[in-house]
Amino acid sequence: MDSEDDFMSGMSSEDDVLQDESDNDDASNDDFNFDEPEPDDLGYSQKDEVKKEKKSFDVTYKVHHPQDIQRQQDDLIDEVNMILDIKKEEAAILLRHFRWNKERLIEDYMDRPKKVLESAGLGPSTSGPPKLEIIDGFACDICCEDEPGLESFAMKCGHRYCINCYNQYLAQKIKEEGEAARIQCPQDGCKRIIDAKSLDLLVTADLQTRYRELLTRTYVEDKEILKWCPAPDCQNAIECGIKKKDLDKVVPTVVCDCKHRFCFGCILAEHQPAPCDLVKRWLKKCADDSETANWIHANTKECPRCNSTIEKNGGCNHMTCRKCKHEFCWMCMGLWSEHGTSWYNCNRFEEKSGAEARDAQAKSRVSLERYLHYYNRYANHEQSAKLDKDIYQKTEKKMIQLQSASGMSWIEVQYLNSASQALQTCRQTLKWTYAFAFYLARNNLTVMFEDNQKDLEMAVEALSEMFEKPVQDLADPKLKVEIMDKTSYCNKRRVILLADTADNLANGEWEFGSDATA
Amino acid sequence: MANSQRRITKELAEVTSDPPAGVTVSLANESNVHEWNIMMDGPPGTPYAGGKFKLLLVLPTDYPFKAPTLNFKTKIWHPNVTFDEKGSMCLGMLKGDVWKPSSKIMSILTAAQQLLVEPNPDDAVEASIAQKFKEDKAGFIKEAQEYTKKYAN
Repeated sequence: MDSEDDFMSGMSSEDDVLQDESDNDDASNDDFNFDEPEPDDLGYSQKDEVKKEKKSFDVTYKVHHPQDIQRQQDDLIDEVNMILDIKKEEAAILLRHFRWNKERLIEDYMDRPKKVLESAGLGPSTSGPPKLEIIDGFACDICCEDEPGLESFAMKCGHRYCINCYNQYLAQKIKEEGEAARIQCPQDGCKRIIDAKSLDLLVTADLQTRYRELLTRTYVEDKEILKWCPAPDCQNAIECGIKKKDLDKVVPTVVCDCKHRFCFGCILAEHQPAPCDLVKRWLKKCADDSETANWIHANTKECPRCNSTIEKNGGCNHMTCRKCKHEFCWMCMGLWSEHGTSWYNCNRFEEKSGAEARDAQAKSRVSLERYLHYYNRYANHEQSAKLDKDIYQKTEKKMIQLQSASGMSWIEVQYLNSASQALQTCRQTLKWTYAFAFYLARNNLTVMFEDNQKDLEMAVEALSEMFEKPVQDLADPKLKVEIMDKTSYCNKRRVILLADTADNLANGEWEFGSDATA
Repeated sequence: MANSQRRITKELAEVTSDPPAGVTVSLANESNVHEWNIMMDGPPGTPYAGGKFKLLLVLPTDYPFKAPTLNFKTKIWHPNVTFDEKGSMCLGMLKGDVWKPSSKIMSILTAAQQLLVEPNPDDAVEASIAQKFKEDKAGFIKEAQEYTKKYAN
């Protein structure tokens, strides 16, 4: 890799830095640094191509706001209402039954309208709008009330119940069970689905609102291409065409309008370049291992026969495994019986059994050490990202001081904001490069990956260090230029690393080690 | 739930005056209509025949909008009943999404009886009993009979 200093000296203006920041992975913007002047002949020609295309690790997606989601449903309902000439409420129930697959609904309905209506819970119908009725001699089968003047309601299936029971039934379904699209008639065994118009007659306004919220929720949940933004209080949904089966080839990071960056595949916070499956594996491994692994590493050995982990908390070197009763020497890990007369004084390192046991031990140690190597770096970036964020919050104050101290304008101190953003995103990426690398097999591709990783890591650490300098240093225009250059460089290195990884992932080039399949 | 009292009283009257064959129903405690004692004879022709099984039916406060629960107080060796002191029975119609407010206790009792006649091994709560039922019918019958003798006399 080229030295960063050479690279930096060739650039840059404040505009570049700001631009970098603004198109941080924004899918709508595919001309990352397109017209930025490139430094001459620094061996980056291959990577220039990456920048000129749409970034290969980007996916196309769209953010939908609550009103868009409602409108889409209404549009579909209107369409079906017109094409099939059925009531809107019924069109809505049919669409939900077909999980909003309009084409399939229309096709099936054209073929066998009766069967479709039946299976969607819209059995044979008589016409007329839903209404409450008072019928002489009516007794409600649920509460057994039969007083004269009792209002009752029946859907088209004809199962009639009093308004109080209907109300309580619906309230329980909506409020307690969170059910909406599939609330059936209260009659035992009747599969008729209640429609929105009937529901409005029977429940209070707040339940009607809740009912519609739940319906909207099922609309998003029913469609594979839509997912809710998982950020707290965010009501947007993201549309993305990446299917579940594609997730071993792409890592679909999306950014909601609320600024939350997450993976469309698994809804976790963004984890490029590691694919969802490895992320899941890694998180599980860390939850199982990390805290205890450090301690185990420092304080224990494994039984040479059954691999049980043993802590020696005192006593002599004659160990008897509690699990498999294997007797061995703590020092040389060899069979205790081979110690002969030199019991309690281990000086035998040449015995075969001891050497083999130490081998096995060493292997198990190596695997643990390997894991800890990646885990510690992963955890370190996670931690540092938090610290960088804290520091930025303090820096925000300093930015104000800096403005008054140096006479810089608000615009002129924004480079700190850009630097902070770059640190956050790069650390998030770096964090996951370690989880990814843990699962990679050793080969040339992995070496290149690690080179890219090292490069980005060094740049990020350098930027982080500059970023932490006291405010009076930050006022120095020379440092400002350095920070801007380094910010830009970090962003570039991140793009290169992600693009390379994503290309290889898409082409199935990565080889994974035994941990990835275990 | 002012109106659940009326419904429960009506159902109790129906079930006590005209219960399914081999079933008797009484309140566990006269002052509480929400807990019913059920005595159920093991249906003839099943390994449970000759046994007398005690069950407890509990109606929730928002009955009939929520399903009752049914537990065997007498231990029974059956694929769809947990073989422990709870004796929870897995009955399709008592599941939240199947139960309807118009479903009746009478049909719960007949469904429970029917499950003794025809165990449903694919929906089992005791996997080992279900396996025995599927793979070794004779052995299943013998063991169920033994448990019936042991616990349900």
